[in-house]
Amino acid sequence: MKAVTVSNIRKSFKNGKAVTEALRTVSLDVEQGELFGIIGPDGSGKTTLFRILTTLMLADEGTATVDGLEVVKDFREIRKRVGYMPGRFSLYPDLSVEENLTFFATLFNTSIDENYDLVKDIYSQIERFKTRKAGALSGGMKQKLALSCALIHRPTVLFLDEPTTGVDAVSRKEFWELLRNLQRQKITIVVSTPYMDEAGLCDRVALMQQGSILDIDSPQGITGKFSRQLWSARTEKMYDLILSLREMQGIVSCYPFGQVHHVVPEKDFNITQAQDKIRAMGFPDIDLAPIAPTIEDCFMHLMNHPENRMTAGRNNEH
Amino acid sequence: MKQFLFLIKKEFFHVWRDKRTMLILLGMPLMLILIFGFALTNEVKNSRIGVLDKSRDETTRTIIQGLEASRYFDLVDNINSEKDLAPAFQSGRIRLAVIFEENFGNHLDHNNSASVQLIGDATDPNVATTLINYASSVIMDYQRGQRGQGASPYSIGTEIRMLYNPQLKGAYNFVPGVMAMVLMLVCAMMTSISIVREREMGTMEVILVSPIVPIRVIMAKLIPYFLLSMINIASILLLSVYVLDVPIKGSLMLLVFECLLFTVTVLALGMLISSVAGSQQVAMLASLMGLFLPTVMLSGFMFPVENMPILLQWISNVVPSKWFYYIVKNVMIKGLGFENVWKETLILFGMTVFFMTVSVKNFKTRLE
Repeated sequence: MKAVTVSNIRKSFKNGKAVTEALRTVSLDVEQGELFGIIGPDGSGKTTLFRILTTLMLADEGTATVDGLEVVKDFREIRKRVGYMPGRFSLYPDLSVEENLTFFATLFNTSIDENYDLVKDIYSQIERFKTRKAGALSGGMKQKLALSCALIHRPTVLFLDEPTTGVDAVSRKEFWELLRNLQRQKITIVVSTPYMDEAGLCDRVALMQQGSILDIDSPQGITGKFSRQLWSARTEKMYDLILSLREMQGIVSCYPFGQVHHVVPEKDFNITQAQDKIRAMGFPDIDLAPIAPTIEDCFMHLMNHPENRMTAGRNNEH
Repeated sequence: MKQFLFLIKKEFFHVWRDKRTMLILLGMPLMLILIFGFALTNEVKNSRIGVLDKSRDETTRTIIQGLEASRYFDLVDNINSEKDLAPAFQSGRIRLAVIFEENFGNHLDHNNSASVQLIGDATDPNVATTLINYASSVIMDYQRGQRGQGASPYSIGTEIRMLYNPQLKGAYNFVPGVMAMVLMLVCAMMTSISIVREREMGTMEVILVSPIVPIRVIMAKLIPYFLLSMINIASILLLSVYVLDVPIKGSLMLLVFECLLFTVTVLALGMLISSVAGSQQVAMLASLMGLFLPTVMLSGFMFPVENMPILLQWISNVVPSKWFYYIVKNVMIKGLGFENVWKETLILFGMTVFFMTVSVKNFKTRLE
């Protein structure tokens, strides 16, 4: 049995006359015990998908199951089994750390002691602040508390909606390690994030853009599908360079990426020729180096080249 | 049960830790009672009046003494001529002038009639009318006293008695009104705000994605506000008995029971508002405009319902505070028993059941 199945889910919102299509025929499967990432920028439909899977919303079309249960019909049963951490950490700022955790344990008719071993790893890090009000915690600590709250009833599937948004880099890294540990406890984790660099930390990822899934694969699978050689370009005049490269023949796209520009060339691209050409265009210090594509490069490529996307409907890679 | 108890405890934390709001909620009845009791009163006391006595005889002097003795009037100064009248009114030095004609006493003794002119400052018509009535009654008193001595063949003596509130105190009227106002604010507004807050903070999302029946969480929210209201009812009753001298004529048990019933009605209203309102501001505005204003305007506490246009009278029937105000006035001030207010009690009860049912039905198990 798959932990989560989504098939042909559509959902749109009406706001007066304007209709926003939040999800356009989305399908995916999550295996048991998998750490599955849904990667996409803001407004790509991640939260809507999570809300449908956690039975908070009804899809317009399509079906979905969580832990083998149908999200519409069996929503009461699903609510007993899943853990959910919404985008904004839903904690009570005027309650202490311990009171918050007790409250969420109480909702599920359990207690902190009963499932302490499950949250021990995480909770022990904030336990010394247990009398502090949740409103006075740092972002990273709030995130850990929220995760403890979502775990306290020993869920089979854990839905984390952008758990690392607004959290510092160190806490983000720690958080992913925590998720890895949880996975060993046989909990299926579905996590969404707008940070492409976090995709590599998942077993498999779904790339989402404007309510559609661009691709579903392991991070290596996704980068492996990138059929071109990617180049990084560097010079003194970075801004002029990007303008010139975008005009140049034989170059599909060029975009800033940290300190350098990433250049996606046509298939029959000759690097020595190109280098000379760029030098002649007024960038004598041009430094072109071959690099391996990241998830972000793949995302950009898939976004601009719809023909490379997986076909809508059932995915075909397993 | 253990679960429910913790939920209630959690709500108490919310209320207790928001000290400022709690102080306002507990201090408000105190403030309202004191403001209405001592500052906002439509009784006219110690109004400044002037007297132009052109006669200066025994009779006028006695009447003037009568005016001076009344607690309604403050005699500022004697006015010497009609010329001084206008400036005295314009400067606001006096609100009423009493003018005796020349040879007032003589005329009265010999012709059996004499004129006195009363001039009131009618910029505030109610005050002017009240003052004129007071002054007339002082003059009538004098006349009646004279009649008693002499032999006047015909006289009709009107004897007036003010029932339930012989001193015509405003407090008798507003204590029930303030009670309704305070309960509206504490129960309806605060509960609706605190329920909507859960939704705004996103905690409602997590509560929904749990096996608990969400209505339990809501019910747990009502209890602290129910207790706060009980404290407020007690403090209002204590203040009105010991500070404002408004006695509780009827059964205290019945009065408390009716107050509790109304508290539940208003809590149900708060739930209803929260099921419709999307944000805390909307909840607050809805409670203020939809509940608080009608309580002030339409319950009969400020303006008598009988004087309203038919349409407003109809609308006032759906305002729960109107019925509560009626019940409290009858039980507390008139001392009537349950047999006289059972119909109104039943109406309140019916409203409560209705609001509860609608808000429970309206409660969504999902976000949409």
